Amino acid sequence: METLTIDNLRVEYRSRAVGEPVKTAVKGLNLRVAQGEVFGFLGPNGAGKTSTMNVLLGFVPPTSGTARLFGVDVREPIARQRIGYLPEQTYYYKFLTAEELLRFYAEIFQIPKAERSQRIDAVLKLVELDHARTRQIKTYSKGMQQRAGLAQSLINNPDLLILDEPTSGLDPIGRMKVREIIQRLKSEGKTVFFSSHELGEVETVCDRIAILHQGELKTEGRVSDLLREHGTNLEQIFLKIIGHPPPP
Amino acid sequence: MNTIWALAKIVVLEMVRRKDFYVLFILTVLLTGTAGSVNLFNDNSIVRYLKEICLLLIWAASLVIAITCTARQIPAEREQRTIFPLLAKPVTRAQFLLGKFLGCWVATGMALLVFYVFFGIVSASREQHWPVLNYLQAGLLHWLMLAIVIALTLLGSIVFAAPSSNGTICFVCTAGILLLGRHLNKVALGLTEPLQSLLYGVYFAIPHLELFDVRDLITHNWDLIPWGMMVLATLYAAAYTAFFLTAAWLIFRRRPLN
Repeated sequence: METLTIDNLRVEYRSRAVGEPVKTAVKGLNLRVAQGEVFGFLGPNGAGKTSTMNVLLGFVPPTSGTARLFGVDVREPIARQRIGYLPEQTYYYKFLTAEELLRFYAEIFQIPKAERSQRIDAVLKLVELDHARTRQIKTYSKGMQQRAGLAQSLINNPDLLILDEPTSGLDPIGRMKVREIIQRLKSEGKTVFFSSHELGEVETVCDRIAILHQGELKTEGRVSDLLREHGTNLEQIFLKIIGHPPPP
Repeated sequence: MNTIWALAKIVVLEMVRRKDFYVLFILTVLLTGTAGSVNLFNDNSIVRYLKEICLLLIWAASLVIAITCTARQIPAEREQRTIFPLLAKPVTRAQFLLGKFLGCWVATGMALLVFYVFFGIVSASREQHWPVLNYLQAGLLHWLMLAIVIALTLLGSIVFAAPSSNGTICFVCTAGILLLGRHLNKVALGLTEPLQSLLYGVYFAIPHLELFDVRDLITHNWDLIPWGMMVLATLYAAAYTAFFLTAAWLIFRRRPLN
């Protein structure tokens, strides 16, 4: 059963300025992510990762091709009923407390009232924010804000979690906690699709990866197979694939 | 509907936690209090001037609250990027717009209620008389007028990126319609073609917000407006609000967010 399917996806951005060329961010991408996989979506800056994620989340319409979540076209809002999304940085209503934020999102997902409080308690415990639940998010440290973000992405008990650089800007303890949560979700049979520049982390937690460069898919496969095939670590493989000379 | 209401509640909560409303309310109280403390020549009709000043302040404050609160909604969502985790959930863009509209309208309605209660207290303290139904009609029409203004501002916030430029344009348009809207047809009479047709076109196209301004009803204790007229006014406001919201949705529904 495939959770995420991308077929011949092309994303172009047209500039409003006259004479500006059309910028192609993604060129005919094909991708499959199976249920229960932890999938690493890698590439240097400007490779087209964010554009692909933006299509998956319905922020940007594809120029051509299709993207489906659980077999439903991503342009249908119902496709997002079973997903959780954590953006790269924390973008939440800072005048709300963590509990209010989660209650708001629980209402959006139409989680029954009887279950709402239980679910909020569970995710706040999972991300270890139970003690600060009544504090406004603007008073949180960066790590706490990122954990509040993770809590909101888990409020609907999603079957697919889309994480955009989830450990960006976190200290080692924060990173470890995020990693633990990903491992835990994996053990529960959830699918995790995430982009990251932390290749050591990707090597540790991912089952499969795809490397994108200049909008094109350069390689895709199981992490163990790629490591065996190239006989080196993921960082060296990544540099080789994108055509960057290895460090001396 | 649950999604729209959930979005609206966040807008209301934001207004409750911001200081804008409290500042405007205190300012209105202070100005009305100052005006009320003046008693020129023991003139009994001073109470009418006091009511007029108070109502003018309430109208100005309500427009400031409605336009500033609405103008910042979508630009702030985009600037602070809160729109991304929100629209990554099963929320349609139409629900998003309706939630924002409802939130701003309810928040402005709550502010209006506080203002009218204050006005009632001021008025009753001088006249020992409280025509509740008159207040209800004036308040209701005022709130309906604000629905049109909020929908127009929401449309403006999608067209213009900066809340300040949108706010200014909406203020100018609203004030222009309130002050000049009813006179456009008379001005058109004195013009030559094609300007005459153009101005007539504008006269018939703009929402006549001045129709909702029934301050005289409570200043001079006039008779109640027939309830049939109230229904017509509600339909008139609903039609313009729906028009502006539909236009906002048509622009916003396919707009890439990146």
